Amino acid sequence: MKLLRQLCLFAAVLLSQASHAADARLPVVASFSILGDIVANIGGDRVTVATLVGPDQDAHVFQPAPDHIKAVAHAKLVVVNGLGFEGWMERVVQAAAYRGQIVVASNGIAVRDRVNDGDEHAHEGHGKNDPHAWQNPANIVVYTRNIVAALSKLDPAGAALYQRNGDTYIAKLNELDRWAIQQFSQFPDAKRQVITSHDAFEYFGAHYKIKFLSAQGVSTDSEPSAKEVAGLIRQIRKDKIHAVFMENMSSPKLLQQISQEAGVTLGGKLYADALSPPDGQAPTYLRLMRYNIEQILAQLKLN
Amino acid sequence: MSLLHTIYQFAVGPFQEFAFMRRALVATLALALSSAPLGVMLTLRRMSLFGEALSHAVLPGVAAGFIFFGLSLPALSIGGFLAGVIVVAVAGLISRHTELKEDASLAAVYVVALALGVILISGHGTQLDLLHILFGNVLGVDTEGLLLVAGVSSLSVLLMAGLYRGLLLESFDPTYLAASGARGTLYQQLFLMLVVMNLVASFQTLGTLMAVGLMMLPAVSARLWHDTLPAQLVNSAVQAGLAGYSGLMFSYYASVPSGPVIIVCAGGLYFLSLIFAPRGWLPRILRRPHLRA
Repeated sequence: MKLLRQLCLFAAVLLSQASHAADARLPVVASFSILGDIVANIGGDRVTVATLVGPDQDAHVFQPAPDHIKAVAHAKLVVVNGLGFEGWMERVVQAAAYRGQIVVASNGIAVRDRVNDGDEHAHEGHGKNDPHAWQNPANIVVYTRNIVAALSKLDPAGAALYQRNGDTYIAKLNELDRWAIQQFSQFPDAKRQVITSHDAFEYFGAHYKIKFLSAQGVSTDSEPSAKEVAGLIRQIRKDKIHAVFMENMSSPKLLQQISQEAGVTLGGKLYADALSPPDGQAPTYLRLMRYNIEQILAQLKLN
Repeated sequence: MSLLHTIYQFAVGPFQEFAFMRRALVATLALALSSAPLGVMLTLRRMSLFGEALSHAVLPGVAAGFIFFGLSLPALSIGGFLAGVIVVAVAGLISRHTELKEDASLAAVYVVALALGVILISGHGTQLDLLHILFGNVLGVDTEGLLLVAGVSSLSVLLMAGLYRGLLLESFDPTYLAASGARGTLYQQLFLMLVVMNLVASFQTLGTLMAVGLMMLPAVSARLWHDTLPAQLVNSAVQAGLAGYSGLMFSYYASVPSGPVIIVCAGGLYFLSLIFAPRGWLPRILRRPHLRA
C-alpha cells in the first residue's frame, strides 16, 4: 500500500513538472463545481481551475480518483468551502502530498447551525455547522474577497486583475441579490413556504425569509420514517403549500408520492450542491441562483 | 364502543388517512406472500446467503439500465433481472463442470459482477449515491412499483405451486432427479429464476435490505415451528406479513425509518421463535426431564 502510494506520488511529481513547463497559468483546485466557477470568474486568464466534485455530482459521497489526487499535487492553491462540507479533503491533500495553501472560502461568514443533524453526517466527522452557505449570494461576496486575497498573495503580478474581476463579480452578486429581494417581497410571509427533498436551503431561506420544509434530513441518504412523511403531508394540506421541489441529485420517487398524495404538482428541480453540466440550466453560480429563484417564484405564486 | 374505536383508529387509521401507508402495506404483504416461501426453499438447499449475494450481483444490470434508459422502473428491473439470471447461470455452469460447489462459484461470480457494476457507474461519470437512488424505499412505492410487486408475487405463487413436486424432489434428492433425466437442472434453474425475479422486484420497490430480510428471516424462523414443508411455507408468509404490518406501525408512531424497522420486527419474531417454537430452546429444556423419566 505504502509502496503503491509512493509510486503514485512519484508519477504525479513527474507529470506536474512536465506540465509546468507547458503552461504558465496558475493551477488552482476547487473542491466542488460552484466554487470552481467562482474561482474561474476571479482568476480569469491567469489561472486554470480544476474541480474535484464536478457538475451534478454529490460531494457527500465523493470518492477521489487518481486524477483528482494528481490535480491537487499539481496545484499552487486549493480552495475549499469549509464548514465540514469536504470531509474527504484531508485525505486527498495527504495523498497528494500537497504543501501549499488551502483557502477556506467561507471564512468570515455568519455560520448557521444545521437544523436536524443526520446520523450519517455525525459519524463522518461533520460538525454541527450547515455548510450550504453559497445558497445566500451575500455570503459569496465574502467568498470572493477571500479568494481575491489568496490569489493576489500567491501571484502579486496579477493582483490588480484579481481585484478588478472580484469587484465586477461582487457587483453582479449584489444585483442578483437586490433582484431576488424585490421579487420575493411581493409575497406575504405566511405564503413563503417551500418543500424540498434535502435541507440545503437554510441560508437561502434565512436570507430571503422563506421557510423550507424537507422530506429528508440534511444528507441525501438518510431514510425518512412513516411518521415524518405523514407529518409532511398533513402540513402541506393544512398550509396549502404548492411549492414542492426536487433537487438535482436525489431520488424523485418519495417526493413524487408525497406531492401526489397531498394533491400538489411537483415543481422543477432546484440546484443545491452542484452546478448542471454546461448545456444545462445552471452551468454557473449566477445562473444557478437565478434559476432556483425563478423556480421558487413560479411555485410561490400557486401557494 | 369508544375503546373499540380507539383500537380501530390506532390499527387502521394510518392506512385510512394516507395512501402511501396503504401502498407500503400492500407491497409488503405481496412480497411476504411470495418471497418468504421462496426463502424457505432456499434454506432447504442451504443457500441462505444467496439473496445477500444476489443483491450485489444485480448491480451491473441495474446500472446499465440506468445509463441507457434513466430512472425507468421497467428498464432497471429488466436489467437487474438479466444480470441476476446470468450470474446464477454462470455460477451453476461452473459448479456443474468443475470441483467447485455452488456457493463457492456464486461467491466468485457475484463479486466480479459487483465490481463491473461499480465500474459502469463510475465510468458514467456520476458520483451520485446510485445504490441509494437505484433501489427503492418502501414509503416511496408508486403505482408502477405496486403492479410490479403484485405481478411478480402472483406469478411466483402460481409457478411455485406448479413446480412444487419437482422442486421438492430436487431439493431432497438431486441425484435421483438428475439420474431420471435432465429435468433436475431445469427445476433448479427455474427456481433460481423465480428467486431472482422476486428479489429484483422488491429491490426496485422496497430496497435491498428489506428484500433480503423479508425473504430470509421469516423463512429461517418458520423452520423452527413445523416439521412439514407446507406448514413451514405458510408460517413464513404469515410471519413476513406480520413483520411488515408491525414495522409500518412502529415507523408511523415511533418515527423510525420503515425498511429497517420492518426487518427488526422480523428479527423479533425470529428471536421469539428461537425461544418458544417447538424446535426452539424452551421446549427442548422442558422435554429433557420427561425423556429421562
